Amino acid sequence: MSDSDKKKPNRRDFILTATTAAGAVGVGAAVWPLIDQMNPDASVKALASTEVDISSVQPGQSITVLWRGKPVFIKHRTQEEIEEARKVNLKELKHPEKDEDRAKKPEWLVTLGICTHLGCVPLTNKGDYEGGWFCPCHGSHYDTSGRIRSGPAPTNLEIPEYTFVDSNTIKIG
Amino acid sequence: MSSHEYTPSSKFGKWFNDRLPLLTLANHLTDYPTPKNLNYWWTFGGILTFCLITQIITGLVLAMHYIAHADLAFGSVEHIMRDVNYGWLIRYVHANGASMFFLAVYIHIFRALYYGSYKSPREIIWIIGMLIYFLMMATAFLGYVLPWGQMSFWGATVITNLFSAIPLVGESITHWLWGGYSVDNPTLTRFFSLHYLFPFLILGLVILHIWALHVPGNNNPIGIDIKKPSNDTVPFHPYIVIKDIFALLIFLIIFAFFVFFSPNILGHSDNYIEANPLVTPAHIVPEWYLLPFYAILRSIPDKLLGVIAMFAAIFVLVILPWLDTSKVRSALFRPIYKQFYWFLVADVLILGYMGAMPAEGIYLLIARVATAYYFIHFLIILPILGRKERTLNVPLSITEPVLGGMPNPSMAKAKSDKVKINSLG
Repeated sequence: MSDSDKKKPNRRDFILTATTAAGAVGVGAAVWPLIDQMNPDASVKALASTEVDISSVQPGQSITVLWRGKPVFIKHRTQEEIEEARKVNLKELKHPEKDEDRAKKPEWLVTLGICTHLGCVPLTNKGDYEGGWFCPCHGSHYDTSGRIRSGPAPTNLEIPEYTFVDSNTIKIG
Repeated sequence: MSSHEYTPSSKFGKWFNDRLPLLTLANHLTDYPTPKNLNYWWTFGGILTFCLITQIITGLVLAMHYIAHADLAFGSVEHIMRDVNYGWLIRYVHANGASMFFLAVYIHIFRALYYGSYKSPREIIWIIGMLIYFLMMATAFLGYVLPWGQMSFWGATVITNLFSAIPLVGESITHWLWGGYSVDNPTLTRFFSLHYLFPFLILGLVILHIWALHVPGNNNPIGIDIKKPSNDTVPFHPYIVIKDIFALLIFLIIFAFFVFFSPNILGHSDNYIEANPLVTPAHIVPEWYLLPFYAILRSIPDKLLGVIAMFAAIFVLVILPWLDTSKVRSALFRPIYKQFYWFLVADVLILGYMGAMPAEGIYLLIARVATAYYFIHFLIILPILGRKERTLNVPLSITEPVLGGMPNPSMAKAKSDKVKINSLG
């Protein structure tokens, strides 16, 4: 093979490259459905939001509902708990967030019931903080705003997307 | 089988190959000397390997969404069709893939029958092939039960009842197969388990099939033993690889036509009705690829003998290498066998058609004649024909008819020139 052959691809090289490229696209198109089938399917997506009736939850009470297979805590906070959560000095917090940013209505706290450490469900009204949560797996303590105060968890309890449909109904997701 | 000893070029390659000779295997598979006259009927081995892998991969995916429970199976299949991302595509590829698999295997088997590929020294390849074919039928049947539609349920009932024909223990065996007194949830769960297992048994047998093939090497259209490597052979890669891929692409076009344009044409609409143990569909037929055997089963007016005839129809194929007594392999040099070969092809097609028709009147009569002829072909015609038939002269090598026995192409050209001159003169 001479030098000029090496530099200039000939017709045969072009056909080989074009065939390989077309083949690669074909294989990719055939493989994608096999991968995508593991993504959440239509029946799962249809359950992506949950409406919850909160009219019977009294101040101080907390309920746990299932949303997308995960527990969500809906806590009706008392006036003292709200004040307690709002007077905390942000500098003391591991993950500083204002309580005002975590609750759309101060008396209702909606958080994912999943410890941000390794995914266990924290216990309500347990731990070092009155009206807060305690995760029994590895000892993380959350306050009455669901913020991490001590223990190995890196961040506060996550706030899911939610809206108040009316004064008695929350739509999560 | 290549005569030279393979040594990897890199130091690491040599180190690895001394411990696990994978590179020697890869070299064997690329250099593997293949008869240079293999035609497109020989591409179905590669196509079948593709079919098996496609069935395993799509089946693996379907098993992620399918629920093997009598109350939930039917719904889970509809869930796959409607909810799962591309679930419709994956299920249609799997369902039509079974038909494509059988289409290819029938062509593969009839190619072997035409060119005498089952004869010495390839009997073991043939017997393993028949085991694969038998397992394929079992797997297809088990898989057809899983959607738990009416055809699934009644197909399972009819086929498992075949075993009740066995004297004395028949009933116990059917109860054992069902895990109860009828086809029900225990039957479904064990069928699912076995449907998952069998393809891997087939895969293992396919490896043995190819291993056994690579001992004597491929048969070829003129059915003679060839020297390997010689100028009668070409290396497997790239020559056969490219040819196989081209044939596979043509095959995939047909496959895709069924999947995308008529995905249900090979199935039965009754199977979109959930299984009902109280109502049998008016007309029960198996999938098309089992119809010839179904016709044989129905054409014998005795329960036990019908079942025996059906299994015997497969068993005569297993012992075929010893039934066909002719030393000449390829039908190209057996003028009378060639005719009987096409009679057999027609006979099997007729059996298939009769299997799809109701078992009554003229259909039943034709099915009986065709069943008789099927066994006559293998048990009477082939053993006698091998001794009586006057075969044509078999060339000594693949190149001989082309080059006049001369290994040098320029000599052949000279010879053909001479022929031209002669004809002009």
